[in-house]
Amino acid sequence: MFNLSSVSIHMKMEEQDDKGHREAVCPGKKGALDLDAARARLAETKGPEFWRSLEELAGSPEWQEMMHREFPKGASEWLDSVSRRGFLKLMGASLAMAGMTACTKQPLEPIVPYVRQPEELVPGRPMFYATAFTLGGYASPLLVESHMYRPTKVEGNDKHPASLGGTDIFAQASILEMYDPDRSQTIASLGEVRTWGNFVEALRGPLSAQKAVQGAGIRILTRTISSPTLADQMRGLLKVYPQAKWHVYEPVNRDSVLEGAKLAFGQPVETQYKLENADVIVSLDADFLSAGFPGNVRYIRDFAKRRDPDSGKMSRVYVVESTTSATGAKADHRLPMRAGEIDQVAGLLNRFVEQGHPSDVFSSQGEKFAAAVANDLSAHRGSSVVIAGDHQPPGVHATVHAINQALGNVGKTVFYTDPVDANPINQTESIKDLVADMRAGKVDMLVIMDGNPAYDAPADLGFADALKNTNIPLRVHLGLYQDETAELCQWHINEAHYLEAWGDARACDGTVSIVQPLIAPLYSGKSAHELVATLAGQPDPSSHEVVQNYWKKQHSGADFDMFWRKSLNDGWIEGTTFAPKQVSLKTASFPAPAVPPPGSIEINFRRDPSIYDGRFSNNGWLQELPKPMSKMTWDNPVLIGPAMAERLGLKSEDMIEIELNGKKVTAPVWVQAGHPDNSITVFLGYGRRRAGRVGTGAGFDFYPLRDSADPWFIAGVTLSKTGETYKLATTQGYQTMDTPVGTRPLVRTASLDGYHKEPAFAREDEPPKDLTLYQPYPYEKEPYAWGMAIDLNACVGCNNCIVACQSENNIAVVGKEQCVIGRHMHWIRVDAYYQGDRDNPKAYFQPVPCMQCENAPCEVVCPVGATVHSSEGLNDMVYNRCVGTRYCSNNCPYKVRRFNFLLFQDWETPQLKMMRNPDVTVRSRGVMEKCTYCVQRISEHRIDSEREDRKIADGELQTACQQSCPANAIVFGNINDPESRVSKLKRNPRNYSLLADLNTRPRTTYLAEIRNPSEELES
Amino acid sequence: MDERNESTTGSRAPVIEPGHTFATVTDKISSIVLTRPTSSGWFVGFGIAFLLTMMMLYAIGFLFVRGIGIWGVTIPIGWGFAIVNFVWWIGIGHAGTLISAILLLLRQSWRNSINRFAEAMTLFAVSAAGIFPLIHVGRPWLAYWLFPYPNSMGVWPQFRSPLIWDVFAVSTYATISLLFWFVGLIPDLATLRDRSTNRAAKIIYGMLAMGWRGSARHWDRYETMYLLLAGLATPLVLSVHTVVSFDFAVGIVPGWHTTIFPPYFVAGAIYSGFAMVLMLAIPIRKIYGLEDFITERHLQNSAKVMLATGLIVAYGYVIEAFMGWYSGNRYDAFTMWNRLHGPYKWDYVALLLCNIVIPQVLWIKKLRSNPLALFLISGVVLVGMWLERFIIVVVSLHRDFLTSSWGMYYPTRWDWMTFIGTIGMFLAAMFLFVRVLPMISIFEMRTLLPEAEVKE
Amino acid sequence: MKRTPVYGMMAEFDSPTTLVAAAHRTQEAGYQKMDAYSPFPIEGLAEAVGFHKNRVPLVTLIGGLIGGLSGYLLQYWISTSSYPVNVGGKPYHSWPAFIIVTFEMTILFGGISAVLGMLALNGLPMPYHPVFNVPRFAFATKDRFFLIVFASDPKYIPAETRRFLESLGGRAISEVPD
Repeated sequence: MFNLSSVSIHMKMEEQDDKGHREAVCPGKKGALDLDAARARLAETKGPEFWRSLEELAGSPEWQEMMHREFPKGASEWLDSVSRRGFLKLMGASLAMAGMTACTKQPLEPIVPYVRQPEELVPGRPMFYATAFTLGGYASPLLVESHMYRPTKVEGNDKHPASLGGTDIFAQASILEMYDPDRSQTIASLGEVRTWGNFVEALRGPLSAQKAVQGAGIRILTRTISSPTLADQMRGLLKVYPQAKWHVYEPVNRDSVLEGAKLAFGQPVETQYKLENADVIVSLDADFLSAGFPGNVRYIRDFAKRRDPDSGKMSRVYVVESTTSATGAKADHRLPMRAGEIDQVAGLLNRFVEQGHPSDVFSSQGEKFAAAVANDLSAHRGSSVVIAGDHQPPGVHATVHAINQALGNVGKTVFYTDPVDANPINQTESIKDLVADMRAGKVDMLVIMDGNPAYDAPADLGFADALKNTNIPLRVHLGLYQDETAELCQWHINEAHYLEAWGDARACDGTVSIVQPLIAPLYSGKSAHELVATLAGQPDPSSHEVVQNYWKKQHSGADFDMFWRKSLNDGWIEGTTFAPKQVSLKTASFPAPAVPPPGSIEINFRRDPSIYDGRFSNNGWLQELPKPMSKMTWDNPVLIGPAMAERLGLKSEDMIEIELNGKKVTAPVWVQAGHPDNSITVFLGYGRRRAGRVGTGAGFDFYPLRDSADPWFIAGVTLSKTGETYKLATTQGYQTMDTPVGTRPLVRTASLDGYHKEPAFAREDEPPKDLTLYQPYPYEKEPYAWGMAIDLNACVGCNNCIVACQSENNIAVVGKEQCVIGRHMHWIRVDAYYQGDRDNPKAYFQPVPCMQCENAPCEVVCPVGATVHSSEGLNDMVYNRCVGTRYCSNNCPYKVRRFNFLLFQDWETPQLKMMRNPDVTVRSRGVMEKCTYCVQRISEHRIDSEREDRKIADGELQTACQQSCPANAIVFGNINDPESRVSKLKRNPRNYSLLADLNTRPRTTYLAEIRNPSEELES
Repeated sequence: MDERNESTTGSRAPVIEPGHTFATVTDKISSIVLTRPTSSGWFVGFGIAFLLTMMMLYAIGFLFVRGIGIWGVTIPIGWGFAIVNFVWWIGIGHAGTLISAILLLLRQSWRNSINRFAEAMTLFAVSAAGIFPLIHVGRPWLAYWLFPYPNSMGVWPQFRSPLIWDVFAVSTYATISLLFWFVGLIPDLATLRDRSTNRAAKIIYGMLAMGWRGSARHWDRYETMYLLLAGLATPLVLSVHTVVSFDFAVGIVPGWHTTIFPPYFVAGAIYSGFAMVLMLAIPIRKIYGLEDFITERHLQNSAKVMLATGLIVAYGYVIEAFMGWYSGNRYDAFTMWNRLHGPYKWDYVALLLCNIVIPQVLWIKKLRSNPLALFLISGVVLVGMWLERFIIVVVSLHRDFLTSSWGMYYPTRWDWMTFIGTIGMFLAAMFLFVRVLPMISIFEMRTLLPEAEVKE
Repeated sequence: MKRTPVYGMMAEFDSPTTLVAAAHRTQEAGYQKMDAYSPFPIEGLAEAVGFHKNRVPLVTLIGGLIGGLSGYLLQYWISTSSYPVNVGGKPYHSWPAFIIVTFEMTILFGGISAVLGMLALNGLPMPYHPVFNVPRFAFATKDRFFLIVFASDPKYIPAETRRFLESLGGRAISEVPD
């Protein structure tokens, strides 16, 4: 605070021009501290806008630098993360001046609570509203918890077929994005704060000019859009300006899926899978269980259902993949292979499915694999499914369509519908044309809606360069952040977050959800609907009207209000689901593509498991979320297989230079067990220059290597060791259960046959209950005894539970430096273990929350009784009593306890205050914390049930991790009730407790993992 | 009182060189405090120690401002330098009481010339140790919650926790040691009172002497009390490190959960304690010319005690290794493997060298009686004992049950500043002690003289 | 005739042996109220001056018992009635865990009462005492030994007592004013 005021006083003094300063400095790195820029920017803005520009400053690199300087000398080298946190405080101070806290009011338009009646708000009672989160055009239907008109927690819409209550990490973390203090908070023109009025004013001239030429100079670039309303608006706009063009681009696009469909059926179709009907699942580089894959939430649910070994019909999964993925980890048989070679496997598969394999001599491992898979597939015609990965070339997709047709899976496990994408065009081509037009000077007015092409467009197009150097008279950017693209546009419109504005979008099955805002725009941002309407000349439109009017048109009839109300209430619009589509194969034979030379090294570009294409890089929850396979946080090292690493003499954390036809990127290496040889994988989305204080500077940018010709993989990179090393922050240093003195039975597994032969294989002889000097506590006499069972077979390591827990329990983000030393705060973690052949190991996931031991070792050693047992068997933490000896953590064999070594929580930033769950204490420095089985939810339900004079029903009470789990892997409930789901699971022979021999008697137990390998490949 | 005869008929090296009378003994020792001018060397030494103390206070101050995150501790290594240093200092603090109490009961009257500063050393070591439990907690300003006091929250400490046992054991030990040391001083304070020419000194020493006049009745009660105190302090001194070892033995961490800890912690404590006594005694007797009172005999005996306790410690290591294998427990077995082959293996090797291999040279009489050699070996032992605690605390914690939660520990500059700072504080206190108080018990020295014997 | 109040008659000796002998002879001579001063404890001197019942051990015992008892009862009361909580499934009255604190409390109270008991019984602290009026008494804490016969002794007659002490070989005999 002191720093802030002193600085601002200095800044008011003299005036100067600041053009071009913003590129100059880059936080974190040593850049010239530029007070002048700050002063000038302040001097230029006057009156009521003063604080606004202060904030804007605050967001800007100079400010961060300045704040750094305000620290005691060397603060940053004492502990960078500490000074970073300190910096956050100062940020908070500046925002406090903004009177941010005044911004929580309900939108004026009537929005409809989900279920709770009466509608008027009961303080302390959360309300739930149905809305939807959109990623890559696909909507995830949500219920959002709102406390006193503040959205605090995202849940899946359990009534919606595309969710069934599950969510993915991006939806879960979107709540933090909405409250992100780094979000763009003003409309700006050339870095100066402007009003919406100014913008509309500025549009008038150019638009009328375009009228004359039918908008020949207008180009609008959007991300993939599935919103019927927005699509309709765009088409309307194109009617007004017939010559205008609508371009679409996302770095993570589905072009090859589209082209594949065209190749196979001559028309773009959406492919959907019914995995619950599939006995055999074959994935050709398709990571269909990971967040970001359209429909993954539903797929995980169906997949998990069929992986239950007790159901009698457990499915079998074959995965051929070019990198390591959660899907590969769950496979019964996995074949690591360079992406470029998978095409051949597809071809072979296609041939063998039709003709079968001629002999039992195989020229290659791939062929053997293909033959076995083909046999299994042919044995399960109509009940099998083959899925191709989005980044596989169109040929593969076409081939896979052919195979599914040949197997008669279509209509049973595979369905075709109209594309969800409202404008299904080849996005790479689209942005190519756009850049061409820009260079040709055909563009007078470029509107970039909600995208960041300056950062993520194909390198060979040089979009950023085109944007900067071809002087397009009017460049408008609409976005949540003042990012790399905003920097190059004269006008930046701060976008309203989806939780702040009305809209609609289609889920993967085509069902339309209305996007309801839960809060008035924090920074009076504008939605795409409003921008397009404005371009179309509509005076001062509201997204609510726009959306509602569109649906009025669709839903003729007097009962519109009823219809609208119901749609809002349910979270989707009746009858908008796409009907399956009959399509016929044009040809069954496709040209085999060129095979990359065996020796050459292939590079794979993948969306990041945590921050997608970079759009979430300022989201602390996602940045700190360990990536499923490597458990890496805050960085995107180059993944490389063990054999190759050995060959090249590379170790994890070595820096290498990657060269791909002339272009170079330097990045650290991570040796990833199971990664195919002669191939490296890089995740996109890092190395942002203008992401915000969280994302800026984190990781390495690989977009410069990515060309429009080969957006997903290309052979021919050369690697050279630079000699430097780079510290990486992984949350799990050791990913094996093997030690020099034997393997530890942490994850217990068996084959399906083995399981049938010996069902109780997992039951390590637990010490008998009476093996104690003491009288055991009579939990069985209590009405409730809470327990949890985690089905390792179901868990696909999607990390949802982690983010859900973080959101529900106000868990702090600690930053990279702290993660490096091992101080991450997640209450539930997902351990990933590898076993066997390092080049193609078996991989297992194990979510580990607090075990809530009945004989809790942590409690006995606490000198102040800050962690004690509740009568219902919870291992309670009494934060107020904790003095922080950390003895409990030392004595916890599961190491699930987390300690606030520093003031990790942000106590100042008003937005974050608004985001917090009011039912959960915000922990302070020096206090131990850990999973509580969501005790706040238990209390809430206990109170309700007592008021209604009944017991808490089974399933009524869900922990946050359980609720968000798309796989239903986590089951929580009352183990005193023999009929509860958790009790049943605990009676399951697969049930075992971790480290049972310590006699801690954990309440959380695991169901051992069963794999279903095929004899043919086992032999 | 055979000692006296020996001191005259020197079969063994005497505990006090011949030719001394009550007067000479009194003068020699009290003059160090009363008349001897303070040397510049003293000022330099004290100055350095004082600066180190200030450094410690700075480090602790910053700790309070930022939190213990400035240290290297993390999950899974929740305890680092703080606890290592605590145990180390407490261990060192064992020598004093052991010498004063146990050797008194064993009638080892050679102790008379070293018990006084050994006790002082104990006090300062214990206070150095006492700092760490207070500052290592996450919220130091609440550390007093470990004491059972009635409060408005209506909550009490949890008496099953070894940390509470620590609180009682350490505070009791500090109190008893202080009493022991102070009552031991009373007669000498009276001497100083009567000998000092400076009025201020006369008053201060007079106050502290509480009017001691050496009455026969007083001496009788005094000696009874002294013996009783020794009798109480003996089990106490053994209990303190036992309790400290419970901090670990009660935990379930492999490498902690073992029954050998109490005995070998106590032995280790005496081991390091005597090492520290020697490190102090050797330079002091040289500088203040006290070779007559702290004779080769004392050095010899201390060396023998070190040799013995060192072997007990070695036995502890052997048993640990043996049980690691014999128990058949996969976690214990790995912990042993990890000590020998893990990332901290060099610390373990150094530990074995310092605590077991090198001290064996003490079998050689020549070295036992060579002050310089003893000084160096004592230093080695102190390093070794510190490493032992490091191995026990850090190396056990950094790889326990779940491989997924293994981690590494890297001390920060703040850890080092605090540790070295406490050494400075300890030395500063020692410097003050030798300057203002008789570092050798004068009245007990008198009893060692031949003429102190009542001839019938 | 008027006399200044007298505390006793003090004689100086130069070795423990002579002092003890003198003390014995004084007693044999029928004196009961006397005391001796020495720079270090001397075996048998206390008996020689007729001191027999030393209560320090009793005080210590009582103190120790009180300490131990209160220590255990405190824990028992806290863990079973004042603040009973389920800690790791252990019973409220986990007696094995309570032993250590009990032990430490015994030592603490025992030790403190031993020291305080000694001081109290010795009547210390006592900054002023008549014997300090004797100039040479300063050597009582160095290398001289003193015997005093109190004026309160029935057999005390200054002239005779002085002569008697001289006969014991005492030097620098002086009357100690009260």
